[in-house]
Amino acid sequence: MDVSKILAIAISMIFINNFILSKFLGLCPFLGVSKETKPAVSMGFAVIFVMTCSSIITWALYRFILLPFHIEYLRTITFILVIAAFVQLIEMAIRKYSMPLYRALGIYLPLITTNCAVLGVTILNVDNFFVAGKAIKGSFFYASFQAFFAGVGFLLALFLMSGIRERLQLLDIPEHAKGIPIAFVIASLMSLSFMGFMGFKF
Amino acid sequence: MKRLIKECVKGITKENPTFGLILGLCPTLAVSTSVINAVGMGLAATFVLICSNTIISALRHVIPDRIRLPAYIVVVATFVTICEMLMKAYAPALNAALGIFVPLIVVNCIILARAEAFASKNPVLPSFFDGLGMGIGFTLALALIALVRELLGAGSVAGFTLAVHAEPITMMILSPGALLTLGILIALSNMIKSAFAARKTKP
Repeated sequence: MDVSKILAIAISMIFINNFILSKFLGLCPFLGVSKETKPAVSMGFAVIFVMTCSSIITWALYRFILLPFHIEYLRTITFILVIAAFVQLIEMAIRKYSMPLYRALGIYLPLITTNCAVLGVTILNVDNFFVAGKAIKGSFFYASFQAFFAGVGFLLALFLMSGIRERLQLLDIPEHAKGIPIAFVIASLMSLSFMGFMGFKF
Repeated sequence: MKRLIKECVKGITKENPTFGLILGLCPTLAVSTSVINAVGMGLAATFVLICSNTIISALRHVIPDRIRLPAYIVVVATFVTICEMLMKAYAPALNAALGIFVPLIVVNCIILARAEAFASKNPVLPSFFDGLGMGIGFTLALALIALVRELLGAGSVAGFTLAVHAEPITMMILSPGALLTLGILIALSNMIKSAFAARKTKP
């Protein structure tokens, strides 16, 4: 484990390769729940949590089950099932132990299953931190941190977008561009400004 | 037969997944940098859509209602894996260009949405045509976005460079261009739709 590498992963995942604005993962929740700031932030935290935990689980499954038995081609099926089951489990646990939290997150949790950012980060982990069928040194920590910071980047983009969209309701926008089209144009401008981080080198 | 054609056509026009239903956006934006990638992605998604729609519709009386979503996901994931393996074997260059978005067809909202909204309620044949129509609509929409982006961003169409002496706008093949193109195209399609609706209400 190397601290400078983790820092590099953090900056890369939050700013340079932001999941929403430069990789186009998780656009559906990005447009769906970015109308107001509060639900957007709850959704962001839920995504961070699910991403980190499902990355840890899928890493372990890939390392200890799929690789030794040479069934790597089953990774898509395995990962999506793990994520779906895990989301269901969290939903049940939260409903049992914390009703206010369930009310805040409730409807967003099932949505996370089909959030491609979650499946995306688990597949990226496997692509990035396994070389020639072997886990690279410290790959477990890199994978967990990559997932965590990808979630943070998601939260950041969602938070910025929801702030802008709240203001947008006061503006006079052409009739046909209201709603989703104008949201895309704004996302495009945000993505343009995030491209400024691309020059960062480590 | 007439009904089957109708199921097929609605996916291309009125209920076009990208411009009408606004589903499946992530792959739409990410792979539309060139027309060839876009068509490849569209065909892969069409294959998965047709197969999963057919199988889910055939199994619709067998799958218990409470666990239907996991069951659908397994069916879809199976076909995605088949598609990924076929692509690796016969079109490795395309597979490399599409990268992570091939396995991500699993979470493409169009496929699950069609399974849930159509295939689970209709017989096999209409479901097959629904999948076909949705797939073609998705492919056409992807190709249209890719056409705009490739033309403006690289000055070429499907890999052929046009002999125009103008500097291409590189931004258009990068991520901001994708979002901008899609936003403007959806606004345009809204405009066309409301123009049609206005004409219909007029006597």
